[in-house]
Amino acid sequence: MTTENFQADARKRKRDRADKRFKFYGFAAIVFALAFLVFFFIDIISKGLPAFQQAEIQVEVHYNAATMKNYNKAVDKKYKRLVSKTWLRLVPNQMRDKPELIGEDRLEWVLAENRVDQFLKGHEGHRLKSKHQKLVKQMLDEGKVRLVFNTGFFSKGDSKLPENAGILASAIGSVLVLLLTMLFAVPIGVMTAIYLEEFAPDNRLTQIIEVNINNLAAIPSILYGLLGLAIFINFMGVPRSSALVGGLTLALMTLPVIIIAARAALRAVPDSIREAAYGLGASNLQVVWHHVLPLAMPGILTGSIIGLAQAMGETAPLLIVGMMAYIPEAPGSIFEATTVLPAQIYTWSSESLRAFEERTAAGIMVLLAVLLSLNAIAVKFRNRSENTW
Amino acid sequence: MIYSDLFFWLFGGLIPLGITAYMVARSKALGTEQDGSRLHSLPGYYGWYAVIWLAMPAMLSGLLFSFIHMFGVFSIPAPMLLGTMFTIGGLGLWYGLSHIKADFRAREKVEKVTTGLLIVSASISILTTLGIVLSVVFESINFFQVISFWDFITGTKWEPDTAFLIGAGRDTAGMAPPAFGAVPIFAGTFMITTIAMFVAVPVGLFSAIYMSEYASHAARGRLKPMLEILAGIPTVVYGFFAAITISPMIVNAAHALGLQADYTNALAPGLIMGVMIIPFVSSLSDDVIKAVPQGLRDGSMALGTTKAETIRHIVLPAAMPGIVAAFLLATSRAIGETMIVVMAAGLRPNLTANPLEGITTVTVKIVEALTGDQEFDSAFTQSAFALGFVLLLITLILNIVSNIVVRKFKQRYD
Repeated sequence: MTTENFQADARKRKRDRADKRFKFYGFAAIVFALAFLVFFFIDIISKGLPAFQQAEIQVEVHYNAATMKNYNKAVDKKYKRLVSKTWLRLVPNQMRDKPELIGEDRLEWVLAENRVDQFLKGHEGHRLKSKHQKLVKQMLDEGKVRLVFNTGFFSKGDSKLPENAGILASAIGSVLVLLLTMLFAVPIGVMTAIYLEEFAPDNRLTQIIEVNINNLAAIPSILYGLLGLAIFINFMGVPRSSALVGGLTLALMTLPVIIIAARAALRAVPDSIREAAYGLGASNLQVVWHHVLPLAMPGILTGSIIGLAQAMGETAPLLIVGMMAYIPEAPGSIFEATTVLPAQIYTWSSESLRAFEERTAAGIMVLLAVLLSLNAIAVKFRNRSENTW
Repeated sequence: MIYSDLFFWLFGGLIPLGITAYMVARSKALGTEQDGSRLHSLPGYYGWYAVIWLAMPAMLSGLLFSFIHMFGVFSIPAPMLLGTMFTIGGLGLWYGLSHIKADFRAREKVEKVTTGLLIVSASISILTTLGIVLSVVFESINFFQVISFWDFITGTKWEPDTAFLIGAGRDTAGMAPPAFGAVPIFAGTFMITTIAMFVAVPVGLFSAIYMSEYASHAARGRLKPMLEILAGIPTVVYGFFAAITISPMIVNAAHALGLQADYTNALAPGLIMGVMIIPFVSSLSDDVIKAVPQGLRDGSMALGTTKAETIRHIVLPAAMPGIVAAFLLATSRAIGETMIVVMAAGLRPNLTANPLEGITTVTVKIVEALTGDQEFDSAFTQSAFALGFVLLLITLILNIVSNIVVRKFKQRYD
């Protein structure tokens, strides 16, 4: 072998190595992203899963006149710190509702205090006093402490006491806000798309609208919050923190997404369909309404679902329009103060109690489950209805 | 009755009335047909014509009164307003019904109104932009009357604490005036954005290259939706993850290296924000890489280059304008990102180059100023709008520049 050949071979090997390296970088990038995803889900699930269980303890409840006056008397003094205050507080009400209870002493499973709960789950920082720890251990041996499925998490609203805090109020708020968002954004978005795709003359105004929509899609969501605060709340007088102002703000934010998706769907309908309809004497509007729109519908729906999923996870503009207040009850109307699931997650995450961290992660799990299934539905929908002309 | 109930009554009343109007007009049109002449339009159009004459005047008058109410000129009680609206609507309906004859061109009228409605919807997007710009600009003007624009842009001290005392009229003589120097805040945003781009650009670009050039069709079909999950995770969730999981990890890692890190360090939100933007960069780059014609690749390979050389020297340069545009859009997304930094970055403005220190950003300050219980018209809350104004300006510029890059440098291969 000559040296020349040898050098060429060495160069070739070097280039081949560079080639392999380059491919590896690409592969590594994908692996990094996916590894992050796996780590993220494992972390959130391991943090949130315990919150779906809740400690209960079995104590003797005294339904009598003394309890009526002072709810702390409902259980023996040594258990007082172990049961949840929210439950204790409701004992007199319970007696008022069911007078036949009065005078009885019953052995009941009652909601435990969050420190007991955290201690049982073995979390650091449970802050249960050592004498209570001993008591709980002893009760555990006697089978008087148990962990049950946390139904309260799904059936209660927010609370300052973690053992009593649930996502129901915020979930209802989220549904309400999303309904309003959909009500405003989908018709307006689709109509805008129809106008731009099917009717708009190619003039300055149309161009301005198009550039403008692209710009709107790139504007940070928090600026929509500023718009909501300045225009809807301060100028129009829409009540602060209400589902209405949240829905309006999110609708404006989702509008560009829906418009862009709907335009793409309308553009995908081939002109032969339009021409055939025109040939039969249909008017402009009839062509669109009877032929183009139905064919574009799957694409429009997919875009709308994705836009709404985005709106559902949005928090920043809603904080600005005041939807982060402490709201324990589900709203009765769209004008009442409301909170939404992401905002609830945010408020819980800023609580210092360890038990709230767990609930935050559990709330995140619920939110992610809903969002991922919405996105999956959208993708399935798109794949199934993808027409090739 | 309060104003809010008005909407329910209005829509509750208009819908059944509208249905009735539709039926009446339709049957009236069909009735005139029996004279021997054919209807000009399909019968439904006559129905819609009547509905339009009912609803339009009612809604427009309602809108007019609410505008008058909003501008505070005068207000009339809700029941009276409701009565007025229905009366006007009824008059409109009566006028509309009087037109309906067999040779009346109902379809043309209805289509004209519908087209008008479409134009109105399209203009809502313009109104939205106008609304954002006006809301931000008006409050900013108020702010800059108190604090000079130059001090805001170049000042390095952000101490607004005394601003709301002044706003409440409780300023005392010896009190230090509030300082609104936004440089440390801009610097914080800049730092977090830079960190995010250091993560998002290489990972996003290389994933795009791998997916468009190396991966098989089936693998691509599976990988792409998985990457897109990253973009579908709400930012509040990323914020929680950055604050609770990543931040302590960074503090521990820094400690192990003998460094000091704050729990509100810039690194955690920056890294997580970068991960969030990966799919954004990768899907935009993927599109432009795929748009490079196969002929260029084949030509290069035919000259004996390796695949990596083809990608580096042929495909990427051809796709560069699109990739640059993707980076600019990703940057603007990172600058405007709010929840991650609100939850994981600090509140204290800090002019530093050390990513392990606590810093704050423009968006954090906006949220801080507007979620408290301060009076709305103090300089402190108005500063949020001034910051929002800067944010809007930067994102618009980035967006416009990316558009220009795409348009100016786009290669055409036809």
